[in-house]
Amino acid sequence: MKIVGLSGSKVGSKTRTAMDYTITKLQEKYPEIETELLDLADYDIQFSDGRNYLDYEGDTRYVTKTIMEADAVIIGTPIFQASIPATLKNIFDLLPVNAFQDKIVSMVVTAGSAKHFLIAEQQLKPILGYMKAQIVHTYVFIEESDFYRKEITNDDVHFRIERLVEDTVVLTETYTKIREAKEAEYDF
Amino acid sequence: MEKYRIDPSKGMEFGLYTLGDHLPDPHTGKRIPAQQRLQEIIELAKLADQAGIDFFSVGESHQDFFATQAHAVVLSAIAQATENIKIASSSTIISTSDPVRVYENFATIDLISGGRAEIVAGRASRIGLFDLLGYNVRNYEELFEEKFDLLRQINEEEIVNWEGEFRAPLNNAKILPRPLNGSLPIWRAVGGSPGSAIKAGYSGVPMFLAHLGGPASSFKRSIDAYRQAAQSRGFDTDQLPVATAGFFYAAEDMQTALRDMYPHINEGMKRTNGQGFPKQAFAQGADPHSIINIGSPEQIIEKMLYQHEMFGHQRYIAQIDFGGMPFDKLRKNIEIIGTEILPAIKKHTAKK
Repeated sequence: MKIVGLSGSKVGSKTRTAMDYTITKLQEKYPEIETELLDLADYDIQFSDGRNYLDYEGDTRYVTKTIMEADAVIIGTPIFQASIPATLKNIFDLLPVNAFQDKIVSMVVTAGSAKHFLIAEQQLKPILGYMKAQIVHTYVFIEESDFYRKEITNDDVHFRIERLVEDTVVLTETYTKIREAKEAEYDF
Repeated sequence: MEKYRIDPSKGMEFGLYTLGDHLPDPHTGKRIPAQQRLQEIIELAKLADQAGIDFFSVGESHQDFFATQAHAVVLSAIAQATENIKIASSSTIISTSDPVRVYENFATIDLISGGRAEIVAGRASRIGLFDLLGYNVRNYEELFEEKFDLLRQINEEEIVNWEGEFRAPLNNAKILPRPLNGSLPIWRAVGGSPGSAIKAGYSGVPMFLAHLGGPASSFKRSIDAYRQAAQSRGFDTDQLPVATAGFFYAAEDMQTALRDMYPHINEGMKRTNGQGFPKQAFAQGADPHSIINIGSPEQIIEKMLYQHEMFGHQRYIAQIDFGGMPFDKLRKNIEIIGTEILPAIKKHTAKK
């Protein structure tokens, strides 16, 4: 099993901090799982121009290919202007329409205010659903006040991240088993 | 239909097409050398010719896992190796080619083959060739439309006067040689969406409609849109042939056919498209209303006649060799087509 963390913004540090906690927790609890964190701030990714993802080069190809090869993706996103950041939307635009078929996707959301709680529900989940993701419906929502510099100071957030990691792994295992059983029935 | 060398009184035409993919056999993980793949494509065309199959075409893809970039050269070898079968591209990426050179090549193949060559012009589903051949992908659509129009003009007029954006002007240019009977059938390759089908209809050119999976009825929309567009510009759709093209595999029964073919499609698409073919969707290929012509010969005949009744198309083109399918399986399929499927299809679709 391979799980990829995707930190979806080039701005600020909170989403990256939350994703570092998430990936560390994942590695602690499931050392046998292959993990990789893609922080979009570390890559130079071009805007989607509609081509097949295999036709891009450099960072754009690396990031899209890594996501396509994952069994599960944990998306970390801040909320900007009451929406997901353009950098993250661009990743979705770069991928094929059914990119998340047979993949589990879970979400870690950071925001300056609780007013943004429903953004993931109303804007991110519909995109993931359209792209055929099996979504972990409960996401971790982390507010400004839960951080102090580059640390998460609210224990409840730690607990919620741990549950998100568990749910992501359990659902990935479960869906894989269900799919394998179903595919075995086809007998070809 | 005469202009396109199609005689409906003989029934629907049956063809084979290859993309010229060069992929490992998923069962062994091994890939035959490019030279062997090319020889096998030529051999496949010969077997198809001997089995009475009407049409054989070879695609142009400039990327990893393909071997027929120089598809016109391959078709030339096929022209020499075969006697009766029609030969074409599937497709020629006209956007990144010079229509004059394409026409010269295919008119030559037409002369070598004794009047059997056709051109299917497409836009490319992958775009690596734009960089490779020195074109800007930003002009994806305009490059195709302009060059496709020029190609058709060369086909209609022996002396061409032309001016456009992407090629030097032609002043009283004679494009030689001319095809055996004056002109070539030129088709427009159309993918999934009706948008492209409508463009083919507006210009009144035959349509080569490719399909992957799903219910046959979903492709009816593209065909209807094509004919409506053609009629709206005053073309007689009774004179415009439609071809459909997609996956095909015959075996003694459905389960064997699914089992034989699926790994090739799935693994091959992973490599060439970056995504496999979901097993659940492939399993639906067994349905009599699916567009995938897979199953026993009887089941395939039933599907093809169902599609023919719905589409009223003049040619069906089967893709059997995708994803490193071993040659003995291809040979077996040609045998089944020639002895069982073709006679039944011809018998039921011949217009009296």
